[in-house]
Formats: sequence, structure tokens, C-alpha cells
Amino acid sequence: MTAATTTATEDALRGYELIVGLEVHVELATVTKLFSASPNRFGDEPNTNIDPVTLGLPGALPVLNRQAVELAMRIGLALNCTVKSCTFHRKNYFYPDMPKAYQISQYDEPLNVDGWLVLADGTRVGIERAHLEEDTGKSTHVGGSGGRIHGSGHSLIDFNRAGVPLVEIVSRPDIRTSEQAREYVNELRAILVAIGASDAKMEEGSMRVDANVSVHQPGTPLGTRCEIKNLNSVRSLGRAIEYEARRQVVLLEAGETVRQETRHWDETDGRTHTLRSKEDADDYRYFLEPDLVPLDPDPAWIERVRSALPMLPAERRQLLAAATGAAANSEAVMVVVDRGQDPYVLAVGDAGGDPARALVHVKEAFAEQGAEPVVPAAAIAKLTQMEVAGALTSTQVKQVLADLVAGEGDDPEAIAAAKGFEAVDTTALEAMVDEAIAAQPDAWEKYRAGEDKAVGALVGAVMKASKNQADGKAVTAILRSRRQ
Amino acid sequence: MGIIPTTAAGIADAVRDGSVTASDVVERHLAAIEAREHEIHAFNLVGADAARTAAAAIDAAVAAGDDPGPLAGVPVALKDNMCTRGVETTCSSKILAGWRPPYDATVVERLTAAGAVVIGKTNLDEFAMGSSTENSAFGPTRNPHDISRVPGGSSGGSAAAVAAGFAPLGFGSDTGGSIRQPAALCGVVGVKTTYGAVSRYGLVAFASSLDQIGPFSTTVDDAALALEVIAGHDPMDSTSIPEPFPRLREVLDRGVEGLRVGRITDLPTGADPDVIERLEAAFDALGAAGAKIVDVEVPAFTYGLTAYYLIAPAEASSNLARYDGVRYGLRVDAPDTNAMYMATRHEGFGAEVKRRIMLGTYALSAGYYDAYYGKALRVRRLISDDFARAYEHADVLLTPTSPTVAFPIGAKTDNPLAMYLCDTYTIPSNLSGHPGMSVPFGTGADDLPVGVQVLASTCGEATMFQVAAELERAMESATP
Repeated sequence: MTAATTTATEDALRGYELIVGLEVHVELATVTKLFSASPNRFGDEPNTNIDPVTLGLPGALPVLNRQAVELAMRIGLALNCTVKSCTFHRKNYFYPDMPKAYQISQYDEPLNVDGWLVLADGTRVGIERAHLEEDTGKSTHVGGSGGRIHGSGHSLIDFNRAGVPLVEIVSRPDIRTSEQAREYVNELRAILVAIGASDAKMEEGSMRVDANVSVHQPGTPLGTRCEIKNLNSVRSLGRAIEYEARRQVVLLEAGETVRQETRHWDETDGRTHTLRSKEDADDYRYFLEPDLVPLDPDPAWIERVRSALPMLPAERRQLLAAATGAAANSEAVMVVVDRGQDPYVLAVGDAGGDPARALVHVKEAFAEQGAEPVVPAAAIAKLTQMEVAGALTSTQVKQVLADLVAGEGDDPEAIAAAKGFEAVDTTALEAMVDEAIAAQPDAWEKYRAGEDKAVGALVGAVMKASKNQADGKAVTAILRSRRQ
Repeated sequence: MGIIPTTAAGIADAVRDGSVTASDVVERHLAAIEAREHEIHAFNLVGADAARTAAAAIDAAVAAGDDPGPLAGVPVALKDNMCTRGVETTCSSKILAGWRPPYDATVVERLTAAGAVVIGKTNLDEFAMGSSTENSAFGPTRNPHDISRVPGGSSGGSAAAVAAGFAPLGFGSDTGGSIRQPAALCGVVGVKTTYGAVSRYGLVAFASSLDQIGPFSTTVDDAALALEVIAGHDPMDSTSIPEPFPRLREVLDRGVEGLRVGRITDLPTGADPDVIERLEAAFDALGAAGAKIVDVEVPAFTYGLTAYYLIAPAEASSNLARYDGVRYGLRVDAPDTNAMYMATRHEGFGAEVKRRIMLGTYALSAGYYDAYYGKALRVRRLISDDFARAYEHADVLLTPTSPTVAFPIGAKTDNPLAMYLCDTYTIPSNLSGHPGMSVPFGTGADDLPVGVQVLASTCGEATMFQVAAELERAMESATP
């Protein structure tokens, strides 16, 4: 699917090169807001997490949240940025859900600059900056089409989100395919979650992605870029980039030019639409925020934050891959690290278990278990030992595993015994195969003559005889060896 | 029942020792308001009932043997741009008329915690933009010394209230001279502290990097007392100075022997001869008291006004953008959001406020920023540097506060530039963040009060007050 899509896109680009840079906003997982003591909490009753500062009441003043600075520094350090002294500016524009009619943001002196993030394919995407700013409130337009302000009868505003701390992470235009863009976002999300900076959920809006997309012929100057907004999932991001790239190529091939503008991705029609052109863009009249003083994190603080950073997902995947023999970008490794269960798999290995089998079991059966599974690592270690020794068939392993996960016992041997699994040994299996051949000589002859699908009837008979406790693969293997 | 003292310090002492009651103090001041407020219009709101309730609570505390604090029973008049919980705070603007803040400004909290009794909210030029208190949506305030004249501004209501005996202490805000100039024109003491000495939390912002709250009083000692209550670090204001504010009252008797008092030789001209005469008399008085008069230069002083009229409107254009009719204050309905914004702001703001919003928006706009706002910031730095050099040679500087005595109502309303020149001598210390105060020093033309401005270096309030107290003593000994 992925490979086919990429090829189709490349065909559609007719030799043009795609250039993508991403701007990612993430809500920080702080206790309180960026400049006030109101709770930073998603999902509460509208307009309950508010105060004079949040509402921009006359006379209210911002006071910078130390925890927000620390989480922003973590992000910078995890993305290999330089953390430096910085300032806050006012970005002035009118919108009903922005209480002060300006957003406090960082402009020419951001907290984090010049970092990078490495994708699974080894591509290094530069990080231009990662700066702190406050979120706006949330408008709900009632009566318009698709929740947009145009045509709506009235709007409701919830200021709970106003003043929530955001970090805006701006990549350099180092991304060349929609697949890389998706990978970048996935990797960034994994890092943010791993370092505890954000829950980074695109569906809840705690992670928002805008894409700057342009195309050009290799060897020529970069093309005019369009900024794509309203990307609510990683999938939308990929679709929108591909659509937008094709749109720009078609324009250029027809001898027209791409206008610099902000475009809105419409999930339902699968297209981007003009939101505003560069000429209509607001003049934000940035100036230094006089209500705040410069932020100058001292080197000791930066070092404390750096040394407290946990191991990042890429390194954890390498460790897990090395321990299990799986590829670092294999689905099992990606999923298990994403769930934070990699230390558990390693612990199974430490307890004498087989890491490769443990990885598969954890990936398959531990989706609901979280980073600290309730099943003792020693139990999984024991289970994989039994598996390696041939004491259990794969079907039996799954059943024992299900009982362990369900909390019905923590000794795999006892569970297996209770289910009567010890009975199935190789000798018994050979006997059952003999019976099946004797009962269905026609099928056996066909199979011997090279008709592979005829094996199904024989295996089925053995499974039935074993009350489904036999390992189908093992049965097939026995039949195959008899045929030769 | 003892005689009610006229100073804040005297009232607080008498209330604390039980020789007068806070209730009697409040009634005396309400009576004064009743007698003259109709011709002065110092107040946007007189909170008689709330003041009586607060005074009764103070009296009960004293009766119970508790100390209500250093301002026990002292009536205070607050400029109507300081947030008072549940009490209308208008900035003398139609756009905020009827707005009741859900919180108290830090200064208001500290005053009431010290036993002060808020007696009313005073008139100002709308959003503190002006020098005469004529730019008020609720009509001008008049000068108690001559009701055909302005009290100065923008804190004209608080200055007039103190000059008229409506309250022994008034509080204003000073962005370019808005405490010191009306203090001079009304013949009272007015202080702007070092930027950051007094919390701005709950002060409705005009130009955030310049605004400072400060007191009006009839004596230097009362101003010192008021500052000792309201100044000091506030965690709610990020620009608040962390170090403790100096004790001022204990330095007032120290005299000026050996202090260096600077005369700015390149001071902008334009002050009237009667004002210059009083300034010279002040130099003479300080010289006679043992101070050394030294000449200093502050070359960038003269560019202060120009830089100020770019920086202050720029910040104001941003600070006042929140008055959009969405959440509080005036809303004028219109077919869509943008039209509602425009109708509300068109209707809600007065002409001077609109002028400054436009000036400031222009100064910050893409393509103009460097030529206007950016250059003004560089001038601001020059002014600070020039002052810093001057303070290497002088402990304080003496200038006129206002170039003229109080002028007739209406005299400058058609000429904004003439009005802006009222603040020539006060603006530079807002730009540099240095403290300054106006001390009444006799009278000039038409027997109207003249103020002398004492300027000091960063956190130099103690020295500034030492000099101010000496000027006050010189006036007392000159008055029969």
C-alpha cells in the first residue's frame, strides 16, 4: 500500500521534487497554564479553568510557568537543539477566542534552536526552532456548514484552552515524501510522549500539524510554498501533501504559477482550498512583551534537565532490536516501544526467557497492559522456555498467555497442566497422524502425488482428534517428512 | 473626640491610639466632598456606604485591641484605572462603563490590608491618555485652586481630591508624568517610583513598560508612608523589583549636607519664567542647606517627548486591542464580528484614545517599525545612558515639573501637540525607569501652585525623599 502510493505520487510529480517543512504545535502536559494558575486540563466544563489572566481582563499580568519552561527545554534537548536565553513577543491580531487580541509567543529569540530528528530511514530532518507560546480559546460556530464561521448564526467560546502552554516545533524543509512527513510526525510524537512533555494526541488537538509544501525541478530554486492547515490525523497529513504536490505540479505544467497562500485541507473531498492569500495575511506588529522579562535559563538548570531525560525511542528500539533479533523498524519493535513495554521485554530476557518470542507475545497480547504490565516477567520467561522446549504448541501458548493476561494465575506450567496440555507430545502426535492417514488413504495418495492442498483434510483430522490442542504447523511438518 | 488631623500619618496615629474614630474621619471627608465635589468633579464614583462600612470595621478592630495597620482609617482616593473587586472601574471610558472587576489590584489589596478606607474612584483622562483630565468620557475635573483651570492629568481626579481635602492620600498612575504634572498644578506632592517598585497587577494598562502607580499627598512624609505600604515585590507582576523597597520615613530628617544636586544645563527650554524662578529658588534653598549644586548634561533629554509618543502609543495600541465587545464592557451590535468590533470601538473610545491607537499601530507596522518604533527604542536607550552618566556626578537632578502653572480648561484641547508639551520634563524618567517626584514649591502666575521635580537614579528613592523633605522645610520656614 505504502510503496504503491509513493510510486503513484512520484509518477504524478513528473520529475518535480517535493519539498516539505512541518510546523507542529504541541500542548505541554503542565499542571497549570503558561501564565496563570488555572488548571491545564482537557475536557472540563467550558469556561471553568479561567481567571483574570486567562480572560485577558484589564490589569491582569502574565507570570511565566517554570514547569512549562522545563518541559519546553526537554523538547529542545530531546531534539538536539541548543537551549538559549530568549524573549517573549506579542503577536497582535483580532479573533474572538483570543482574549487579549494578542498572543504571547517567541519571535526572534526562541528558547530552542538548531536541532534535528532522525527518521527510521536515516534521514536527518533539521529542527529550526522549538519555541514557547500560549494557546487560544476554542470557538464553536453554530449553524454554519462544517463548523466553520462562514454562515454560522452565532459562536460559542470556551476559554479553558486559552493560555495553555504550547511548543511550536518548526522543521527545516528537509522532508521529501509524504511517507517521510508521516514518519516525522510519528517519531516526534513518540519522543514527546517518552519525555513526558505532551500526550501529543492529534485527535484531541494536543498535537497540531501544519505542512509547508512546495515543488520544484531538481537543480532549480525552491518553488513557492503553500501552508496546509486542518490536518487532523497523520493519514490526513499524508493525503494532503500528496494532493497539494499534484495540484502545484499541474499548475506549473500548465504554465501557471503557484500563489503563496494558506490552504485548508478538506477531509471529505480530499482537496485543499484557499483560506487566505499572502496579501490578506495579518500584519502581526510583533514587539517585545513588556509584561515579561527575558528568560535566561542558567547552564546548571539546562544540564539538570538534560541529565534527567529518559532514553529516547530510537535508542530504545535499537536496544530492543539487538536483544530480540528483530529489525529496529519492524512493527513489533515500533509498537512495543511506543507502548513503553520494551523494558518489560528486556526483563523477560533477563529472567531467562526467549526475547524474540517475548517480543511477539507482548506485541500481540499486551495492547491493554500499558508500560508496566501486571503479568510477572518471570511468567512470560517461563512460557517462552516451555515453547522453545516444544512442551506447548503455538495454539496452547496463546491460550496460556490469554490466561496470564486475564490474571488467571501466574504460573504457565500450572495453567498448562490445568488445561491438560502436557498430553500432547511428539509421540502422541505421530500416532494421530498415522490414524489420519489410515482413515483417509485417498487424501494421502493425492498429497503424495504432489497435490499440496490435500494436506488440509489430514491436518484437520489430526486437529479434531487432538481437540484442537495439536500444533497445525507441526502436523504439516510431520506429513511433509513422511511424503519424502 | 479629638481634632481630626489633616495628614494621613496624623490620622493613622490618632485612629490607632483611639483619639479619633475612623468613622469620624470618613464622615469629615464625605462632608468635604459633599461641599465641593459638585464644582470639582474629582470622582467618577464616591463609595460612601462602603467607606462607612470599612471605617466601622476599623473602629471595631481598634476597640478590640487590634492594630488595623499603618494607614488605619485613612481615606484614600483611587484613580479609576485600578481594579477594585466588585466596584466599577471605568478608566473614564465609555468602553468600560459598568465593568466591575472580579479582583483587586495588588495596590488596592495592600492599602486595605494596611487599614486604608477607599472613599472613591477618581476621574482621569480616558485610559490615562492626556495631561488635563479633560479627555474623560464623564466630563473634566477642575482645579481646586481655580475651578476655571485644569488640574493637570491624567491623574487629575486624585490630585484634585487631595488638594481639595477630599482625601489625605490619592493614588494615580504615571506613564509620562501623569502623577507629577497634576501634583504640580494642584500644589500637592506626587511620586513616580523606579519602574518595578510598585506592582502594576490590576492597573489597567496604558503603556506597560512605562506605567507606575504612585501616591499624592499634602506632605512628603505622607507620600513616604503611602509608598512604604504599596511598594515592594509582587509575584503577580513579572517586572516587579525583587529587592526590598527602601525605608523612606527614616531619612526625611537627614538634611542635604554634602548631597550633589544636579542642574541640567541642556534642559529643553519652554518653561514659563515664573516656573523657572521657583526652580532657581529651590536650587538656592538646597544650596543654603548645604547641598552642592553641580552642572550635568543629559543630551538625549530633549528627544524624550518624541520617543515617548512612539513607544507609549505602540504599547497602547496592543493593550487596548482587547476592548472588542466580546467579553466585557460595551458591545455595539452589528451584523458580523468585524463590524461589531468596529462599531464597539468607534462608539466606545474617545478621540485622543483613537489618535494614539492609530499612531501606535502605524509605528509598529511592517515597513515602518524600524523607522519609528525601533528608532524610539534606541533613543530610549540613549536617554537611560545619559541619565546614568549624569548620576555619576549628581545624587539628584532638579527640573521644573510642568512648564506652566495650571492652564484654563479648553486652552489646549484643540492642539494635541501643545498638550503633549506639558510632559516635556517628566517623560524622560519614565523612559529610563528612574524615580521622580514633584514637590510644591510656592506659587507662580495668578498665585497658582508651582512644583519642582526631584529626579534620582534607579532605586534612589531614599535620596530623592531626603531632598524633597528639605524643599518642604524650606517652604514651611518661608511661609509665615
